[in-house]
Amino acid sequence: MTGATALRARPRTGGSAPGVRKRRGVLGRVPVLVWVFLAVPLAVELFWVFWPAFNSFSLSFTSWKGVGPAQPVGFANYERLFADPVFMTALRNNAIWVVGFGGLSVAGGLALAVALNRPGRGISIYRSAIYLPMVVSLAVTGLLWRVMYQPDGPIDAGLGVLGLDAWSRQWLADPDTALYAVLIAAVWRQVGYIMVLYLAGLKGVDPSLEEAAAVDGANAWQRFWRVVMPQLRGVNTVIFAVTVIDSLRTFDIVWAMTRGGPYNMTQLLSTYMFQQGFTLVNLGYGSAIAVVIFVLAVAFIITYLVRQSREEA
Amino acid sequence: MSVINRPRPAWFHVIMVPFTLLWLAPIVFVVFVAVRSFDDIAARGLGALPASFSLEGLVTAFAGGRLGAALVNSAIVTVFAVIASLALAAVAAFALSRFRIPFRRTILLVMLAGNLLPPQILLIPVSRITQSLGIYDTLFAVIVVQVGFGLGFYTFVLHGFMRSLPAEVFEATVLDGAGAGRTFWSIVLPLCRPALAALAALATTWIFNDLIWAMTVLRTETKFPVTAALLNLQGGFSSAWNVIASGSLVAAIPTAIVFFVFQKQFVSGLLVGSNK
Repeated sequence: MTGATALRARPRTGGSAPGVRKRRGVLGRVPVLVWVFLAVPLAVELFWVFWPAFNSFSLSFTSWKGVGPAQPVGFANYERLFADPVFMTALRNNAIWVVGFGGLSVAGGLALAVALNRPGRGISIYRSAIYLPMVVSLAVTGLLWRVMYQPDGPIDAGLGVLGLDAWSRQWLADPDTALYAVLIAAVWRQVGYIMVLYLAGLKGVDPSLEEAAAVDGANAWQRFWRVVMPQLRGVNTVIFAVTVIDSLRTFDIVWAMTRGGPYNMTQLLSTYMFQQGFTLVNLGYGSAIAVVIFVLAVAFIITYLVRQSREEA
Repeated sequence: MSVINRPRPAWFHVIMVPFTLLWLAPIVFVVFVAVRSFDDIAARGLGALPASFSLEGLVTAFAGGRLGAALVNSAIVTVFAVIASLALAAVAAFALSRFRIPFRRTILLVMLAGNLLPPQILLIPVSRITQSLGIYDTLFAVIVVQVGFGLGFYTFVLHGFMRSLPAEVFEATVLDGAGAGRTFWSIVLPLCRPALAALAALATTWIFNDLIWAMTVLRTETKFPVTAALLNLQGGFSSAWNVIASGSLVAAIPTAIVFFVFQKQFVSGLLVGSNK
């Protein structure tokens, strides 16, 4: 873990030593070779990331089927979005996704991190088991859970053992349950990641503060919310950003499980964007959906950061 | 004994053991399904415990699903993309962390911001760019796209690590008259080994598990990596659950190995990610 520790130490050393000390170890004149060192990676990223991103914005103001020149249409694609019922479903599903996926994986990950924080017998086995799903790709996770959800599959069989046969249904084909069925699978994979982040955060919590609160008669619940939680603010910010970014990116698992069906009931913005852009080759309209995803991601994160910094002030 | 360090009560394990088993149930069940014969599944249902042992699912996945070729494609993409990304990120991080390049902080943050963009905003143009360069539908396209998109994050992490190296190391090499190239190669890279290992473990699983970039720049089935090939398998063998389950396990095994062998690096890599 040397890498992580060293990194965490970095801002402190940098912040406390302005001026002269900051230049130590930073070499003076920049040799040509070093300019090449910087220019090549920068050029690769500019060409493969920033140039395409810029292109998406300009494409979103056109109508283009991929052949012939693109027709400029002004804001027509964006106007069309708000009259498109599938887009509205995707937007609503994405809102459910951010709340459900974020809420459940944070609740699960935090609870498990607190339970498994202190070392003890079997603890490392529990930890490994809980973050094992994270190494499985989202596409494979989707397939694993497709097996689970099949009629007369393990979930229905389990319900049968519990005498709850009446609850069993076509989980992924039923418009009422499909989205939540996919969501559970995605949460299963995410919880381990959130747990790892919180475990790292809990290592930085000062035990003497909690000890002092315990002496003052605070019970475990109060100590957690009043003493430990405020110290996890940094981790919370990271987790919020990770969750929002992941929620808006979610594509593989939905594509593997339902492809947005049944009747677009599990369509998310990213799957609808892919369908419009690649399956139906509406490049302008697909780009407009991509721009919406981008704006939402940026807006969410900026709002949160502004609120955080205001609370701290 | 302090109040907050009390030993765990006995019921802790009473809850955790079943919980952990339930947590792993999807993986365990897929193993069960993978080793059952088609007739057993058809006769007794998907949810039943195995009453047969057969590798016909695995054989079919490799023979009919061309999983072997797909694994090779995934391996090629992963190896080249990981090496190229880390090499480019390392030189960029070296330049930004150790030289007085104007606006180095801004350049670094812009590079990181590129990695935080939702990939959806890149997909359509990236697909068009690869077509106009004549590399659409090649593994090379997947590799360069992966490298371009991952670079910002790897550079950011390595930059942080290189900044934390003691300044004396660099001052000594300057007095020795070593050039930038030699300083990088024989001093900085060896010192960065832990950070590079963590990033390599992380990048391997990310790139191997990728689906969306492959779907964006590939069209021919024989060039698909294992994730995309699996989804095809699902279309071709939609009721042969033992085939799909076997394929899923095969696709999960390489990253599981990376995880078990490099568990420490993997976890520290994730934590490095949280410092962005």
